[in-house]
Amino acid sequence: MGYSTVVLIKQVPDTTAVTAKAMKADGTLNRSALPAVFNPEDLNALEMALEIKERYGGDVCALTMGPPAAAEILRDALFRGVDRAVLLTDRCFAAADTLATSFVLSRAIAKIGAFDIIMCGRQAIDGNTAQVGPQVAEKLGINQITYVEELNRLTDGEIVVLREIENGKELAASPLPVLLTVINTANTPRPPSVKRIMKYKNARAACELEQGTNVDRIKEKGLLIEQWDADMLGVDSRQCGLNGSPTRVKKITRVVLTGKEFKKVEPTDAGLQTLLEELIQDYTFD
Amino acid sequence: MQDKGDVWVFIQHRGNDIMEASLEVLGKARELAASLGVSVAGVLMGGAVEPLAEKVIRYGADRVYGMSSPLLEPYTTSTFSKALCSLIRAKKPDIVLLAATPQGRDLAPRVASSLRVGLTADCTDLQIGTYSEPGTRKKHTDILLQIRPAWGGNIIATIVNPETRPQMATIREGIMKLPQPMDSARGESIPVSPDVSPADILTTIREQLFTEKTVDLKGAHIIVSGGAGMGSRENFSLVWQLAHVLGGEVGATRAAVDAGFIDHDHQVGQTGTTVRPKLYIACGISGAVQHLTGMEEAGKIVAINNDQEAPIFGIAHYGIVGDVRDVIPGLIRIYKTLSH
Repeated sequence: MGYSTVVLIKQVPDTTAVTAKAMKADGTLNRSALPAVFNPEDLNALEMALEIKERYGGDVCALTMGPPAAAEILRDALFRGVDRAVLLTDRCFAAADTLATSFVLSRAIAKIGAFDIIMCGRQAIDGNTAQVGPQVAEKLGINQITYVEELNRLTDGEIVVLREIENGKELAASPLPVLLTVINTANTPRPPSVKRIMKYKNARAACELEQGTNVDRIKEKGLLIEQWDADMLGVDSRQCGLNGSPTRVKKITRVVLTGKEFKKVEPTDAGLQTLLEELIQDYTFD
Repeated sequence: MQDKGDVWVFIQHRGNDIMEASLEVLGKARELAASLGVSVAGVLMGGAVEPLAEKVIRYGADRVYGMSSPLLEPYTTSTFSKALCSLIRAKKPDIVLLAATPQGRDLAPRVASSLRVGLTADCTDLQIGTYSEPGTRKKHTDILLQIRPAWGGNIIATIVNPETRPQMATIREGIMKLPQPMDSARGESIPVSPDVSPADILTTIREQLFTEKTVDLKGAHIIVSGGAGMGSRENFSLVWQLAHVLGGEVGATRAAVDAGFIDHDHQVGQTGTTVRPKLYIACGISGAVQHLTGMEEAGKIVAINNDQEAPIFGIAHYGIVGDVRDVIPGLIRIYKTLSH
């Protein structure tokens, strides 16, 4: 009894925290003003994975690809309840599009071993592409169910979920193994547990350790976050990162909030009346 | 020189009707094909799709590939991706476009991964242009420029797929203009036997429940929208009152939806609906870019906010610095006197 689940998570800039303060004088975004956070829908996926473990037994592994700093969200995942955390980091993984990302993730999942369910958020708030989940499923040759809102039933070999579709919902059943992408209305993610924070606050990936640190001691204490590079995954660097990405960015334009012809309206009866009269006169209400 | 491939549009449908989002994509495909000097083909898949082909032609397709099979009803990822991949491999289109609906976003990445080609999600514009590789200066002409917002709408990226074919993209709903149907349009309807077998069905759909949207933000001429600055669900009723008086629909920001002031159907912006009404009244909305990209095309934007530094004033035509709890009742009262 019990199910092995792998949750794919991503550290992202908090694009929802864009306030006036994060904008520069020229109207463009000040990127460094945005904090790095756990991608919100990945937290919903993690929560669903932890609920499955609590209800049916099994284990949950969190997996992320990113720079060394991404170990932060793996610690967060340990605080919330995962059994295992793996960081995929290598210079050759950088600047990957969704296809190259899904290639590395799928190889890492194969290395983790037997699994029943792969889960991730529907999309990440930096790109909002919703592509990595389905592409990982395709690379693994397993079925996918996207836009999952609720776990309905899980029995040996079959999972039934409620998912969002155009103008409605459907109840979909799939054999295991399967990859699910989870939407933000699925649940309220649990906060990190105080007990687990005490236990895992010193958990580190190798890339975070100072030189000369005794890695074996950290490992003995169960505080070593596993870290894999291209060699350990046995992947060809030509299929990773920018080299493995069929898409290229031709151009980036910063969005500048340009002022249109602007009229200030006083919040007085006279001001509001002038505004409404203008709108009536140019047939805006017709 | 090799023959150039066509521009394809995957046509999504439900019941006996084609999704508007797919017709919007057809309009854009028509433009791209004209610029490339190639044809537009629609791809219809389902239980029995022949009756829908004529409408696809009227909306701009030169030819329609129709794959009908009981195995393709209802939609499942594995059956559709297998049959579509086989058809793409056989006919070699240059460009394959899908609407960025839940179904399009489920299918497209699976197909792109299987074909090992590039895919750009949620494009807001598509053009034909050139791309020079930065290192080798190798020049690619007549390439699809896939334009989309990223970083929560704070940047606009132009993405290309220089080497792999077809070039694939999904297109945001509500951005491209709906083309005018041409009753005189002629096209070819080509039935194709889909490459799919019973063993390909992995997902079983047990039940479907459709809730027709009661909110028509896309078609609304007037939208009164509220943000977190409304403060509470109770205060949000002022937005409803103003919309009612002006004969408009009610919109909201993600922050207002997340705060529970109103439900998601009303959300305007990147993860909601994109709107272009004649009048947009933004009440207590500070103006996160995610929201602005969904409404900046409105004809007239009136912003009410007590923070004069709020970014919403940067794109508004009329700005009222004041408390929404005073300004909205004032607008309602004065509008009633003026319209009588």
